[in-house]
Amino acid sequence: MKPGITSSGLQSTGLADIQGRLLLARVVVLIIVGLLVVRLWQLQVRDGVYYRNLSHDNRTRSVVLHPVRGFIYDRNGVLLANSVPIFNLYVELGDVSDREALIGKLVELLSLERSELTGIMDTHAGGTPVRLKKGVSLKEAAIIESHRLDLPGVVIRPEFQRNNPEGGYAAHVLGYVGVASEEQLTREAVQGLPAGSVIGQYGVERIYEKTLRGHAGRKLIEVDALGHEKRMISVDKPQVGNDVYLTIDFRLQKLAEDLLGEEAGAIVALDPQTGDVLAMASRPSFDPNALSRGLRADVWNDILQDKRHPLTNRAIQGQYPPGSTFKIITAAAALDTNEIEPADTLHCEGRFRLGRRTFRDWKKYGHGEVNLRKAIAQSCDVYFYRLGYRMGVDTIAFYAGQFGLGERTGIDLPAERTGLIPSSEWKKRTRGEPWYPGETTSVAIGQGYVTVTPLQMAKVIGMIGNNGTPFQPHVLRGVWGRKGEWIDEWSPTQTTPLTLPAHQLETIQAALAAVVTEGTARESRSSVVTLAGKTGTAQVVSLRPESEEETPKRFRDHAWFVAYAPFERPRIAVAVLVEHMGHGGSAAAPLAKELIETYVSYGGDDKERTRVSLTRPSDKVMQRGPRRDG
Amino acid sequence: MDEPWRRRREFDRFDWYFCAIILALSAIGVLTIYSVTSEKAGTQFPLYLKQVIWIGVGALAFLTMSRIDYHALARWSFPLYGVALVLLVIVLLGGKASHGAQRWIALGPLAFQPAEFVKIPMLLILAVYYSAQNRRGWWYRVIVPALITVPVFSLILKQPDLGSSLSFLSIYVTLLLVVGVKSKAFGVVLLSALMLFPFAWSELWGSLHDYQKERILSFVNPDYDPAGRGYQGMQSRIAVGSGQLVGRGFHGGTQTQFKFLPEGHTDFIFAVLAEEWGFLGGVLFISLFLALLLMGLDVAAKAKDSLGALLAIGLVGMLTFNMAVNVGMTIGLAPIVGIPLPLLSYGGSATIMTMAGLGLLFSVKKARLKLSP
Repeated sequence: MKPGITSSGLQSTGLADIQGRLLLARVVVLIIVGLLVVRLWQLQVRDGVYYRNLSHDNRTRSVVLHPVRGFIYDRNGVLLANSVPIFNLYVELGDVSDREALIGKLVELLSLERSELTGIMDTHAGGTPVRLKKGVSLKEAAIIESHRLDLPGVVIRPEFQRNNPEGGYAAHVLGYVGVASEEQLTREAVQGLPAGSVIGQYGVERIYEKTLRGHAGRKLIEVDALGHEKRMISVDKPQVGNDVYLTIDFRLQKLAEDLLGEEAGAIVALDPQTGDVLAMASRPSFDPNALSRGLRADVWNDILQDKRHPLTNRAIQGQYPPGSTFKIITAAAALDTNEIEPADTLHCEGRFRLGRRTFRDWKKYGHGEVNLRKAIAQSCDVYFYRLGYRMGVDTIAFYAGQFGLGERTGIDLPAERTGLIPSSEWKKRTRGEPWYPGETTSVAIGQGYVTVTPLQMAKVIGMIGNNGTPFQPHVLRGVWGRKGEWIDEWSPTQTTPLTLPAHQLETIQAALAAVVTEGTARESRSSVVTLAGKTGTAQVVSLRPESEEETPKRFRDHAWFVAYAPFERPRIAVAVLVEHMGHGGSAAAPLAKELIETYVSYGGDDKERTRVSLTRPSDKVMQRGPRRDG
Repeated sequence: MDEPWRRRREFDRFDWYFCAIILALSAIGVLTIYSVTSEKAGTQFPLYLKQVIWIGVGALAFLTMSRIDYHALARWSFPLYGVALVLLVIVLLGGKASHGAQRWIALGPLAFQPAEFVKIPMLLILAVYYSAQNRRGWWYRVIVPALITVPVFSLILKQPDLGSSLSFLSIYVTLLLVVGVKSKAFGVVLLSALMLFPFAWSELWGSLHDYQKERILSFVNPDYDPAGRGYQGMQSRIAVGSGQLVGRGFHGGTQTQFKFLPEGHTDFIFAVLAEEWGFLGGVLFISLFLALLLMGLDVAAKAKDSLGALLAIGLVGMLTFNMAVNVGMTIGLAPIVGIPLPLLSYGGSATIMTMAGLGLLFSVKKARLKLSP
C-alpha cells in the first residue's frame, strides 16, 4: 500500500464516518438541553411557588421584641424596680454551619467559657435565637460588630434588664424575674408568650405579671445568609407594661429589714384601717438583682440548698407556733363564751395539773391571783391553761377561725401558707386519733399543733386595734397605666368582722396596753406613742437544758411581739418574729417599738391616710418617658 | 480570493450570528455578575468591569485563533502538550492556593489557571491523534488516547480540581464516541473499567478532598442536611425555583443577593440568572447556548478534513459538558463539582480559553470556505 493513497483514503472515509455521526451528536445535545429545560420548568414553573416560599422563609425572620416591664414603686413613689437597657448576645443556630469554629471565635474575642457556650448550643435547636451572654459591654459589642463576617448568626440585641435600684430591700415582696421555662409557658397566666420571655417568678413580679408585662411586639426583618439584618420589613411595636404602686412604705420597709439585721425572722406592718401592708420584711434575704440577671446553676443550687432558706418569705410562708401571742384569741374566746368575766381571778401557783401531767408556768412560783388584765399583761400561762381546758379545743379553734387563723389571709403575694389551727375533727382526720384534753392546754397558750404566719398575727392584732373589723391585707395600691392614668386602684376591702361585743374588745385592748405599760413588754414603753401589744415566746422544742446559753441556737425559742398604735386610733399594726432569740419582750418588742415610733414620726395625720385619690408626681412621668421608649 | 466581494463573503450570515451569540452570552454574564457583586463595589475594581476586560482579551484570542490555520497549530500540538504538562507540574509544586486547592500560577499581579489553558492543547493533540493514520483496533482507538489524557487528568485532579479534570475527560469521551468504537472494544473498556472500579474508586475517592466527597454525597441525598453538605444544592434550587416564570427582576434575587447561595458570580451564576429572570431568562440562555453548540456541530459537518471536524466536535463536546454539568448542578441534576459556566461565569482564564476555543472553531469554518470554489 502506498502511504499517500492509503492515508488520504482513510482520511476521507474517516471524515465521512465522523460527519455521519453528527446527527447522533445533535440528538445527544438536544436531549441534554431538553432535560435541562424540563428540569428548569419543574423547578420554576411547576414548583415555583413552593421555592418562592422557601426563599421567603430563608430571608425573612421574625424577631420578638420583648416589652419593657412596668416599674414598681412604693406608696410614696419611691422607685423599687425598673428596667434598664442592656446588650445581650444572641445566636441563631440555624445560621451557624460550623459551631466549633464559631465557639472558637467567640472564645477568642470575648471572655466566654468554651464549655459554657458548648453547653448552651448543645441544649438548643435552631429556630429561635439563643442567648449566649447577658449584659455585653459596649466594648465587647463593638468587637462583635466589627467581626460580623466571622460570626454568622451572632447578633447583639438591645434589651431590658430588671433592676432593683434599692438592692436587696423588699426582695421577698418584689420578687424577681426570669426566663420562662417551657413548663411555665403552658400555664394559663403566661400562655402564648414567645419563647425566651422574661416573666415574674416570685413576689409582686409574679402575682402582677400580667399587669407589669405589657405586650410583646414583633418585627419582620430581611436577613442575609449570615443572619444579619439587611432591612426591616414591618414592625409591631411592643407595648410597655403598666406600673404598679405598692402599699409598702419603703422607709419603713428598709427600717424593718435593718432591724432584723442578720437574724432570721419577719416583720409585718399593716395599716389596720385599710389592710395596706406598710412593710413586710423577711430575713435572711436574697439579692433580686442577681436572680433577675440569671444565676449559674451551681449558685442557684446553693441558694436552694441554703439551710437558712433565704428564698422563703417568712412573713407569709413561715409557720411558727404563736406562743403567748395566741392568748389574745384564747381570751377573746373565753370572754365571748362567758367562760370568765374580766374581773374574775384565778390562782396561779406556777403549775397546772391535769391527770398525771403537770403544765408549768413560765414563772416558776406563779403569778398569784390573776384576772384577765394581769393574765395578759404578765402572760400568765396557768390562767390560760385553765380557760383552754374548760373551753375545749374546738371552741378555741372556732375563735381562731374568726381571727382568720388557719387559713390564708388572701394577700396578693404568691404561695402564702395557712398555718394550722388544730381541732378534734382535724386530729381525727389527719392522725386518726381522738383529741386529748391535755393537748388543749398547750393550744391555749399557742403551742402544740398551732402554727401561724407573722402576717396572720399582724392581722389579728390589727383586728383587735380596729375594734374587730379586719381589712383584707394587700400590697397593691394601684396600677398606673401606660396611657398616663390610674387604671386600677385598690380600695380597702372589709372582711368578716369579729362577733365579739365592743366592751369585751375594749377589755382585751386595755390588757394589751398594760402589756407595754406594766407587763412583759414594759421595757418597750414609748414616750412618743401609746402602744398595745402582746409578747410571745414560742418553744421550738419542749425538752431542753435549763440554761439558755447551753441550748444550741436552733433549739432556742422564737421571740414574738404583736402590737398596734396609737392606742386610741390605730394606724399601724405590727407583728415581729425573730427566730431563736428567746423572749419576745426583750428580742422582738424593741424592734416593733422603733418601727412604730418611726412610722408615727412621719407625722401623717388622718387626712394623709384617707385614700381619696392617689396622686402621681408629674415630674416622674417626664423622667420616664424617653427612657422607656429608647 | 483576494477580490473585495469574496472578502465580504468571508464574513457571512453565519459569522454574524455566531459572533452575536457569543457577545449576547458574554453580555448576559457581565450583567449577572454586575447584579450579584455591585454591592461590593467601591473597595476594589468592580468584578463586572474586570470581566469586560477578560472578554476583551478573549475577543483578541478569538480573532487570533480564527486567523491561524489550525493545521499549523496541529503541528505544534505535541510541544504544546509538553508545555501544558510542565505548567501543571509547576502549579502543583509552586502554585497559589485558594479555597483549599492549588490551581493558580501567579504572574505579577495576575494569576491564571493553567488547567483552563491546557484544554486547547489537549483538544489539539487528541484531534490530531484521531485524525492521523489508521487508528483501528481498541488499543489505538481507546488505550493510547486514554494514556495521553490520563497525565493531564490526574495532574488536575491532584490540584484538586474535579470539575476541570472531568471536562478533560469529556473531550476524550466525545472524540472516542465520534470516531466510533467497535462494540467489542467498547465492551473490553467497559469490562475492565468495571473490574478496576473498586481499586480505582478507593484511589479516586481517597484523592478527593472532604468537601468534594461531601458534595458528591449531598448529590445523592440533598435534603439530608440543609445547613451542611446539601446546603449549596438546596439554596441553589431555592434560588432557581423562586425565580418562577418571569423572575424577580434585576437585583431582585434575595437568595443570591443576600448570599444564601455563595459563588453567585462564578459557579452558581446560572442560579442568579434564573432567579432574577425566571424560566424565560433561563430558557433564553439555554437556547442561545444551544444555537452556539449546533453551529459548532454545523462547522464540524462542513469541515474540510477530519482534523477540523474533530476539533469542532471536541470543543462542542467540552462546552456541552461544561454547560450541562454547571446548569445541572445548579438545578439539582448533577453533583456540585465546580465547573464554570462557559462565557458567563466570572473568571479570566476560563473566559479567554473559551473564546480562544471558539476562535479555533472559526478557523475550521474558514478553512472550508477557502477550499470551496
